[in-house]
Amino acid sequence: MIKKQIRIINELGIHARPAGMIANTASRFSCDVKIIKDKMEVNAKSIMGIMTLAAGNGSSITVLASGSDEVQAVQALEDLFARKFDEE
Amino acid sequence: MLIKKGIPASLGIAIGKAHILKEENILIEQRDIPKDKLKAEVKRFKDALDKTRLDLDAIRVKVLNVLGKNHAKLIDAHHLILEDPLITKEVPKLIVSRCVNAEFAFSEILDKAAEDFEKIDDEFFHERKHDIFDVGKKILSNLVNREKVMLKDLKEPVIIVAHNLYPSDTLHIRETNKVLGFCMDLGSKSSHTAIFAQSMGIPAVVGLSDISRQLNSGDTIIVDGEQGMVIIAPTPEIIEKYKVRKTELHKQEHFFHRLKGLPATTRDGHKISLLCNLDSSADAQELVDMKSEGVGLFRTEFLYMNREAVPTEEEQVRAYSAVAKAIPHVPLTIRTADIGGDRATQLGIKGLKDERNPFMGFRGIRLFIKYPDMLKTQLKAIYKSNTEGNIKIMIPMLSSLDELATVKKVAQDVRTELAEEGYAVRGVPEIGVMIEIPAAAIILDSLLGEIDFVSIGTNDLVQYILAVDRINQYVSELYEPFHPAVLRIINLVVQTAHKKGKPVSVCGEMASDPFAIPVLVGLGVDMLSVPIKMYLRSKYAVRSMNFEKFSGISQHLLGLSTSAEIRKIIEEEVK
Repeated sequence: MIKKQIRIINELGIHARPAGMIANTASRFSCDVKIIKDKMEVNAKSIMGIMTLAAGNGSSITVLASGSDEVQAVQALEDLFARKFDEE
Repeated sequence: MLIKKGIPASLGIAIGKAHILKEENILIEQRDIPKDKLKAEVKRFKDALDKTRLDLDAIRVKVLNVLGKNHAKLIDAHHLILEDPLITKEVPKLIVSRCVNAEFAFSEILDKAAEDFEKIDDEFFHERKHDIFDVGKKILSNLVNREKVMLKDLKEPVIIVAHNLYPSDTLHIRETNKVLGFCMDLGSKSSHTAIFAQSMGIPAVVGLSDISRQLNSGDTIIVDGEQGMVIIAPTPEIIEKYKVRKTELHKQEHFFHRLKGLPATTRDGHKISLLCNLDSSADAQELVDMKSEGVGLFRTEFLYMNREAVPTEEEQVRAYSAVAKAIPHVPLTIRTADIGGDRATQLGIKGLKDERNPFMGFRGIRLFIKYPDMLKTQLKAIYKSNTEGNIKIMIPMLSSLDELATVKKVAQDVRTELAEEGYAVRGVPEIGVMIEIPAAAIILDSLLGEIDFVSIGTNDLVQYILAVDRINQYVSELYEPFHPAVLRIINLVVQTAHKKGKPVSVCGEMASDPFAIPVLVGLGVDMLSVPIKMYLRSKYAVRSMNFEKFSGISQHLLGLSTSAEIRKIIEEEVK
């Protein structure tokens, strides 16, 4: 299992489009991926779950992955956040 | 016979049978499923998902063709919701663990998701719950296997009666030609349905509060889009009367088309400029078809809608250039975006708190002065689009000379920057202000040295003069364009501007009201800017009036003390 804390740096935070991109990315891997913010924990493959986090710019989330391809999954998500969801 | 009063949203008369579009209320019952049937129940659920997937694909193709890419993106989001493990995994799990039917398990999960969304403070996220319900409804209706009567399957022409219409409903209406008219419980003149009905030329009355519950499908009704009335169970005499009126309107429409290309000149030879309002660059062709004398108000807000970031300079240049090039020989007055604080928040500008009174709040030029980069980008795009030299710039919601000086300074900076970048700015576009805030009308003499023209935005001006929020049901009755205060302020603006030789235009609803047109022209207004659909009708009003006569009448009206007296005289004099 790996755990990684990620800061949300894109200007608009995790609105609908980024939520969709996160769910899409996480779904490509077979491992379980969870996102934790404050006390909420959601399935990273669930667009509805991710949107309910209402994670805005500057907030921090924790990605938790466990399964055979956990390393790649976390890496892919980290890239996505770092690319600011291709917003700019 | 019963008459219901609402808001006239689209002109014309429709007589026909009502067709009620009911909000889908599917009653979900809990059923126990025997252990050996659970597998089949899960399969039934998965089949419903497959069917919904196909439905969404079909809708996407249609949306793309009819409404364009931005709307199609919404369907993509719906697809993602459909693939959400909460639906694809959790629902089957619940069916098996609790031995219940698919509908029940699904609605349990959906309710839970809705609850989570309810808890979100952020309005933008909060509103996403509608998307989830929309998809949820589609899945449910596939589960219960009840064929929804689609609008496109209508057998005979009907008048659509609904609580509210969604963009996906109007899509079906565009495909069928069986819709005679619309009546809606909700809505205003500027709501989605109203604009849609106008563009389709279908009579519509909105804001009828509970008409969808008062009627049954098949009831005969009359929609009077002129007066904003719906007549339920009309007597034969009334039907006859309306049939006559409908024929008249039809003849009129035919007659109006002969006015294309003719000048907007009164019977005694006084010429005014009759211009169009434009809400989107997509309507540019209509201006050409209508032989319009130009655009008096190009609302640029459409560029800022349904998106999460401010439109880029290139994007704006594309939109403005398209219109400027479509009508190269007539003026194109572009208004800098009049967006409110809520819109800015959705565009990703942070730090704005909810406003208690947005109409008195952070909108128009106030917002752009606070965020000069947005103003700069728009002005730059406007200058770059002025290849034909026909563009003018108009500033909304201005209340002081300081604001005007700030805007002009930014405009100057932008021109300097463009010159440094090597762009040859073609001439300096004329700049004008909207008179919407009474303060601007009162200090107009101090503003005139800095501007080339003024345009009176009557909708907001009336609202601010009378302190009436027209969408507030408790006071909307007090909204009165013929209040003596309104006419006197319009007169003040015209007199002040003309003293300095600056022209005055009127945009807003008054400009296309056949009763207001003679008064405005009589007061000396030089230009009227009206919705494209009202263009020929308004031209007819100008061409039928006598300028000398209404100059006199208007002066008389300025001395009256009540709107009742004013209306009485106008109704007598305008035939």
